[in-house]
Amino acid sequence: MAEKKTNAETKRWEEETLKKFQVKRSERKKRFTTLSNLERKRLYLPEKITSEYMNKIGYPGEYPFTRGVYPTMYRGQIWTHRQIAGFGTGEDTNGRFRFLLSQGQTGLSVDFDYPTLVGYDSDNPRAEGEVGKVGVAIDSLGDMDALFHGIPLDQISISMTINFPAPIIYAMYIALAEKRGIDWSKLTGTIQFDLLKEYIGQKSFIFPPRPSMKLIRDVFSFASKNTPRWNFINVSGYHIREAGSTAVQELAFTLGAGIHYVEEGIKAGLAVDDFTPRMSFFFSSQIDFFEEIAKFRAARRMWARLMKERFGAKKQEAMRLRFHTQTACASCTARQPLNNIIRTTAEAMSAVLGGTQSLHCNGYDEALGMASEHAMQMALRTQQIIAEESGVADTVDPLAGSFYVEELTDRIEQEAMKYIEEIDRRGGYIQCIEDNYFQQEIADAAYAFQKLKETGEMVIVGVNKYQIDEELTIDIMTSDPDSANTQILRTKRLKKTRDNLRVNALLAEIREAATNEEINIVPKILAAVKADATEGDIIQVLKEVYGEYQEKPVF
Amino acid sequence: MRRPIRVLIAKSGLDGHDRGAKVVARALTDAGMEVIYSGLFLTPEDIVDIAMQEDVDVLGISILSGAHMTIIPKILKLLKENDLEDILMIPGGVIVQKDEIDEILSWGIPAIFGPDTPLQTIVDFIEENVDCGVVTEYRLPG
Repeated sequence: MAEKKTNAETKRWEEETLKKFQVKRSERKKRFTTLSNLERKRLYLPEKITSEYMNKIGYPGEYPFTRGVYPTMYRGQIWTHRQIAGFGTGEDTNGRFRFLLSQGQTGLSVDFDYPTLVGYDSDNPRAEGEVGKVGVAIDSLGDMDALFHGIPLDQISISMTINFPAPIIYAMYIALAEKRGIDWSKLTGTIQFDLLKEYIGQKSFIFPPRPSMKLIRDVFSFASKNTPRWNFINVSGYHIREAGSTAVQELAFTLGAGIHYVEEGIKAGLAVDDFTPRMSFFFSSQIDFFEEIAKFRAARRMWARLMKERFGAKKQEAMRLRFHTQTACASCTARQPLNNIIRTTAEAMSAVLGGTQSLHCNGYDEALGMASEHAMQMALRTQQIIAEESGVADTVDPLAGSFYVEELTDRIEQEAMKYIEEIDRRGGYIQCIEDNYFQQEIADAAYAFQKLKETGEMVIVGVNKYQIDEELTIDIMTSDPDSANTQILRTKRLKKTRDNLRVNALLAEIREAATNEEINIVPKILAAVKADATEGDIIQVLKEVYGEYQEKPVF
Repeated sequence: MRRPIRVLIAKSGLDGHDRGAKVVARALTDAGMEVIYSGLFLTPEDIVDIAMQEDVDVLGISILSGAHMTIIPKILKLLKENDLEDILMIPGGVIVQKDEIDEILSWGIPAIFGPDTPLQTIVDFIEENVDCGVVTEYRLPG
């Protein structure tokens, strides 16, 4: 009887979900086997498919997506190997992109320098000493062109870690595609554009939260119509975690922000099933191996339930949480830096067993400075060895049904839901930001972690145990001051040679659109960047309209 | 009895990494010091103004953006100009290259607390070096 039920439910899944998917994407091999030549099946299932199993775990590619967002997961396609890069000028970073692609990387990811992240052009006095230092400096469309020189924008997905200036960087990107004759519908990639988390982690905020939501609504509206394969937001727990949160807080504060963004999309007049499929997520993978796996599985189930029950989503794509993972920089140590390769390997394994869609592994030298080319090569090899040698990619959600992992998944979901209810109770996400609720929770958690390290209760190999006398033996990558100077001069020259009357007229249109709900600001920004308005020009106008956020810091 | 040691923990430049600064601020508070945390994005002028107004004994500067060789000399210059050389200035963050560390120490900076530094080391250092009777003399680069 039980046997029969399993077969019936599995047959239904094969017919309704698997077959349809396989028309679009076949599996990597005809037959998957262990090293002993035993068959590795696509999916392992319990003897009895109970209603509890269907409610909580189910089948991959189906609600509630606990076992993964695609029916065949990595048997169909390996996660995207997406090592981030960014330093110096567009030309400098382009060189690193080409190196990574030559080494087998399958997606690109851009790190911007601080002036670009907070909206100052390279020639602004506030940018002094920081141009091209910890990311690439992008001021104008010409810089964007240099960054992607020779890279086929219609064939590779590109992720950009940019938040408040994201509408400008996105506009530059689609302007560049247009210039190269590439149809916008072919563009695949992501802008981070998660403004809310900036106030609680990462801290590259510019404007106050409430007026900034106009940018969210306009980008959601524009991008969902004009660049249908583009992820116009990447709701990010990574920075919350790096700022010191626990895994539960990371999950809850990220999905909490996700809820707020869905509400903004609805406010912009968009239908939930139309725009939410292009929302994507980003998590950290820390060193606690099973807790991270459980967190990723819980994230999918929670988002599916929130979308269905809270927002009435009907389409499967609207309930499916797709995410990028980065291993935890905060777990990397400056001492015995090669140990970081081992930490990163464990963290990457968690991300893969948790079903990530793309992955960045940190370089072993990232507690000391920017990742060197060698460190990035090692990080990419880590991904490739897990993907192509270890066999973990050959079966879907291999830890499902583990008493430990399933119970931990349930516990994390319960604890994270308590926070989501608390956010609602406190008047919503922005209210919580303004009340420093998240900031204080994270500061408390960060201090508690540090205390555990100090007492030695939390072992950090090479730091509070197994220390050695060591001299720094690895080369640290430093930025080239000539790059910064080149960039500064280029931007100064651009501002002299462009048609400034036209730029000013277009900036005035941006000012008008900034608060007018009838006018979408994205086409205005697009026109301005095509006329060589810089990021700094546009941010300055928006600062004049929206004001600047003043943090009231807590520790 | 001496008043409690007063410390300003400050972030300068455009760097948003504030986890370390906040954790250190809390540890110094727990150790009985009076701590002011500046928040982010301050200019060297802002920082020295706060240090003066708050009459601090110690100025901890947290920099994880690689801009330390630009920011630290500016602050030192302002401390000298304002006759604030009795303030113990201590940089922290990602400052790890030997040539840079040697150069910063040659400016009269008493210590640098890089990554992985235990909180107790910082507390002990401040307690031992504030009021020890030695007046720092900061030397400007070049």
